[in-house]
Amino acid sequence: MATLQSLDIRRRSASTEAPPQIRKGGVEVAKLIDVSKCIGCKACQTACLTWNDLREPVGVTDGVYDNPRDLTPTSWTVMKFAEVETGPDLEWLIRKDGCMHCDDPGCLKACPAPGAIVQYTNGIVDFVSENCIGCGYCVKGCPFNVPRISKLDRKAYKCTLCSDRVAVGQAPACAKACPTQAIYFGSKEDMKVHAEGRIADLKSRGYKNAGLYDPPGVGGTHVMYVLHHADKPMLYSGLPENPRISPLVGVWKGVMKPLSLAAIAFAGAFGFLHYITKGPNEVAESDERKAAELTGGRGA
Amino acid sequence: MASLAPSFGRGAMTNSWNDIKNADVVLIMGGNAAEAHPCGFKWVTEAKSTHGAKLIVVDPRFTRSAAVADMYAPLRPGTDIAFLMGVINYLLVNDKIHRDYVKAFTNATYLVREGFKFEDGLFTGYDPARRDYTDRSQWEYQFDDQGMARVDETMTSPNCVMSLLKAHAARYTPEMVERITGTPKDKFLKVCEMLATTANGERSMTCLYALGWTQHTVGAQNIRCMAMIQLLLGNMGVPGGGVNALRGHANVQGITDIGLLSTSTPGYLVLPNERETTLADYLKTRAFKPIRPNQTSFWQNYNKFFVSQQKAFFGAAATAENDFAFDYLPKFGTPFDTMKIIDAMAAGQMNGLICQGLNILLAGPDKQKTQRGLAKLKFLVVADPIETETARFFENHGEFHNVDPKTIQTEVIQLPVSVYVEEDGSFTNSSRVITWHWKAADGPGESRSDIDIMTGIYRRLKAKYAKDGGAFPDPVMNLTWNYSNPASPAADEVLKEINGYVLQDVTDPADPSRVLLRAGQQLPSFAMMTADGKTAGGCWIYTGCYTDGGNMTKRRDASDPTGLGVHGNWGFSWPANRRVLYNRASADADGKPWSERKKYVFWNGTRWTGADVPDYGPTVAPNRAAGPFIMNPEGAGRLYVRGAMREGPFPEHYEPMDAYIANPLHPKVSSSPVARIFAADKDSFGKPDKFPIVATTYRLTEHFHYWTKAVHGNAVMQPELFVEVGERLAKAKGVKNGDWVEISSQRGAIKAKAVVTKRLRPIKVDGKDCDVVGLPIHYGFVGLTKKGYPTNVITPSVGDASVNTPEYKAFLVDVKKTSAPATATV
Repeated sequence: MATLQSLDIRRRSASTEAPPQIRKGGVEVAKLIDVSKCIGCKACQTACLTWNDLREPVGVTDGVYDNPRDLTPTSWTVMKFAEVETGPDLEWLIRKDGCMHCDDPGCLKACPAPGAIVQYTNGIVDFVSENCIGCGYCVKGCPFNVPRISKLDRKAYKCTLCSDRVAVGQAPACAKACPTQAIYFGSKEDMKVHAEGRIADLKSRGYKNAGLYDPPGVGGTHVMYVLHHADKPMLYSGLPENPRISPLVGVWKGVMKPLSLAAIAFAGAFGFLHYITKGPNEVAESDERKAAELTGGRGA
Repeated sequence: MASLAPSFGRGAMTNSWNDIKNADVVLIMGGNAAEAHPCGFKWVTEAKSTHGAKLIVVDPRFTRSAAVADMYAPLRPGTDIAFLMGVINYLLVNDKIHRDYVKAFTNATYLVREGFKFEDGLFTGYDPARRDYTDRSQWEYQFDDQGMARVDETMTSPNCVMSLLKAHAARYTPEMVERITGTPKDKFLKVCEMLATTANGERSMTCLYALGWTQHTVGAQNIRCMAMIQLLLGNMGVPGGGVNALRGHANVQGITDIGLLSTSTPGYLVLPNERETTLADYLKTRAFKPIRPNQTSFWQNYNKFFVSQQKAFFGAAATAENDFAFDYLPKFGTPFDTMKIIDAMAAGQMNGLICQGLNILLAGPDKQKTQRGLAKLKFLVVADPIETETARFFENHGEFHNVDPKTIQTEVIQLPVSVYVEEDGSFTNSSRVITWHWKAADGPGESRSDIDIMTGIYRRLKAKYAKDGGAFPDPVMNLTWNYSNPASPAADEVLKEINGYVLQDVTDPADPSRVLLRAGQQLPSFAMMTADGKTAGGCWIYTGCYTDGGNMTKRRDASDPTGLGVHGNWGFSWPANRRVLYNRASADADGKPWSERKKYVFWNGTRWTGADVPDYGPTVAPNRAAGPFIMNPEGAGRLYVRGAMREGPFPEHYEPMDAYIANPLHPKVSSSPVARIFAADKDSFGKPDKFPIVATTYRLTEHFHYWTKAVHGNAVMQPELFVEVGERLAKAKGVKNGDWVEISSQRGAIKAKAVVTKRLRPIKVDGKDCDVVGLPIHYGFVGLTKKGYPTNVITPSVGDASVNTPEYKAFLVDVKKTSAPATATV
């Protein structure tokens, strides 16, 4: 995607300064996925393909309902089905997987290409293909294993939270297509309030650990889940319990960044000092003679 | 449909989609609403999230509906009647019925003739040679000398319907239910308790079903059971209640209303049979005199609807002198439904077939038989918007469709058809709401609309008759064809004709000087139809959809004044824009709402009023004691259907034709004694010694029948045929996820990828471990999905006795690990 003029940027990858804005920023948005209302119909998945004009190849069945098996450069959301026996009865937990739009995005932090990943003031994290160098650092930086690098153009792809639709006041295509209103979209505050009602309903049905998934380890997310078993997010096809940005990104962009900058600065300073104290490197007469001998007097 | 009409009077979803949100308990059984009707399922979600409704799913597989249910119970395919009769027994034994409702609004009090018996699996009057109940006289009520049915208000006489039902249901103890169905007793009883919470006027339960109930040899009786349960619980005619048949296609209710059934004309009027040679003969059995005092018995107006339809068909050529062109109608001997057509084709009795919007090779019950039939035709016309297997039946597709094109001489003509977004028209959805749709784009290439294709055929036929004459050209030559462009009738004009119009001024019968309707006006209501040829109307139940006020189906007012999901100005709901049928039953015998919570239609002292259009005489006072089921001559809902259904007045469990066990209730009459079996198919049924696994077929949410495999997005979502195998069976057969498996039945064998799952729960039937496998039906050898075997290679060719729906949902197979098909992906 390209950046959207109508959305203000809060953060840019590989850029220390936040760009100044003439607008005062908007509300933070969020998508709320109510897993307890989801019937796994994949309307969201199809809507995503259609809206974003993606041509995922027709695959094969290999023993599960998940098609394709995982996120791909052309499938930015997939349904993950898990058959779980927590008590005497079976549960079929169906989770819509995709970018969580972390408030503290690991992909953006890891990205070395200036402006290839941006976070808008509304919280959406977006990839800007024209700036992407295909290095794959965003993949390493993501605690949810979301970005995928295309073999075709060596660029990274993931859910944009339909930033193009949101920019003009529309809900994401998946939310629009969902037949059971398992996908809600609105301000993050409103989504939290809505989630409270859903959690109360689930508790009344015996799910005593029902709760909201908005993990603090990544500063909260702009895609949240209502879970029947919020105490065990791993049941939902491996949703991480306490996601954090890989410490490597921290080392790379945290400790290592000033250190490397310091190293560069030191190298520069050393060169300068060397110049001042030793002067420029000059060619001595003896050097010229040796050179003439080596070339057989033909000169340089 | 075939069981709702005998029970309540009309064959359609009784409540509306929106009304599901009013339910307190939702039972999904014989269907998989979340998967097959995801958009309608939103109302279940709404009921759950707004007032804590509980969702129960009973299904052989743990489905996507079960994934969001509060309660799931498994059962063996084909044993729904045993389960539901068990529920009825529970309600009666534990006195969990809505007594006042049952007494006032059902035929529980009616007395049945003394000769009625049920012994060894058979009702009185069976003729084994004809596989039919040829004498149903003992199934009738006792009548007094006035022709009125006799009743016992105390419901204690051994011959009243209530006593007969108690005796009939008593055999279905929870133990017997578990033995037959495999449903664990504790789960069965839990479901019973949850349903029983609605046996009052305070709470209601709705039931959603679809092909999981119809596609059995006992399909109609499956639905009958639920009709009876809803009458016993008092859930008919109330908000959040009803027996709701979810129709698959956006317009399948519409096609059923207008003419799907091979022996019906539009509006569920009956095509005359070969013994009914005059109009008087034909109407004699359709007089529908009330059989209780003061009853409405609305079918008494049958002759008005019939004559108006003849006037719509044949205009001025239909006169009182020629019995309104009664002779123009074909008189059927053998009903020619799809299964009979396939049988006749395979027997070489047909020259040509026009398949319009029907992929018969995959949709028919026995692919090999259909293939043999198609190969014997001289010509086959396929009119469809997409490539179908039927149009390609002569091609060789390796293992998936192994035929020799050289041996097939059938000439195949493909006519490309536009799809609904490429033409104006109307849809009638499950809940009888007719809504207009507008053309959005031109169809591609040479495609034409179905109307234009039929018009082309008609005009050519007519030209040939005009030129060459014929034995009886009159029906074709005199067909009404008053369209502004006769070569391409506008859908709007057709709907106007379906609604009906006035041919000559209609006057008030009480005061002939008073003109009620002028010639040329559109009919405002079917109540204005006459039997003397002054009105015309193509389909009486639709009357009111296109009045002088315009095309009502174009209305798009979403307002819902009462908040009960009654959007009266959105489209038009037949009949008479009623959204919940039999809604007078939402009030007690005195016309007072059963409860404030379920207040819907009630008597305000002078007339019936409330949220909906009353399905009742608007000023008929409660003290006249006319019943709410106005189509039935009793006025009552039928717990006992007299002779209205071929299988008998009460439902009874019979094993599927591929019987897994001998029926524990009556081993000598194990399977349905009246199921329709063609002579050619009598040896095609499997036995458990050779085929020890129960199989069922079903639909996936990612696909619609055999169409969407032609669509990229859908093909991505479910790309390839698979078979669902439970973990126990997979272990026994050494099958792992993704392995190729052969599934064989008495009819043939197919290969599919294994989906090993916990969702097929291990059950015990009649003391032995019973394994069930499931197959989605959507795959074939054309389209964007991977080529796959059509599942109707292995399904049985046998029909339900009442409606001839094939038994796709319960049959026997064997399963073994195998190698990949030669041409398939691995």
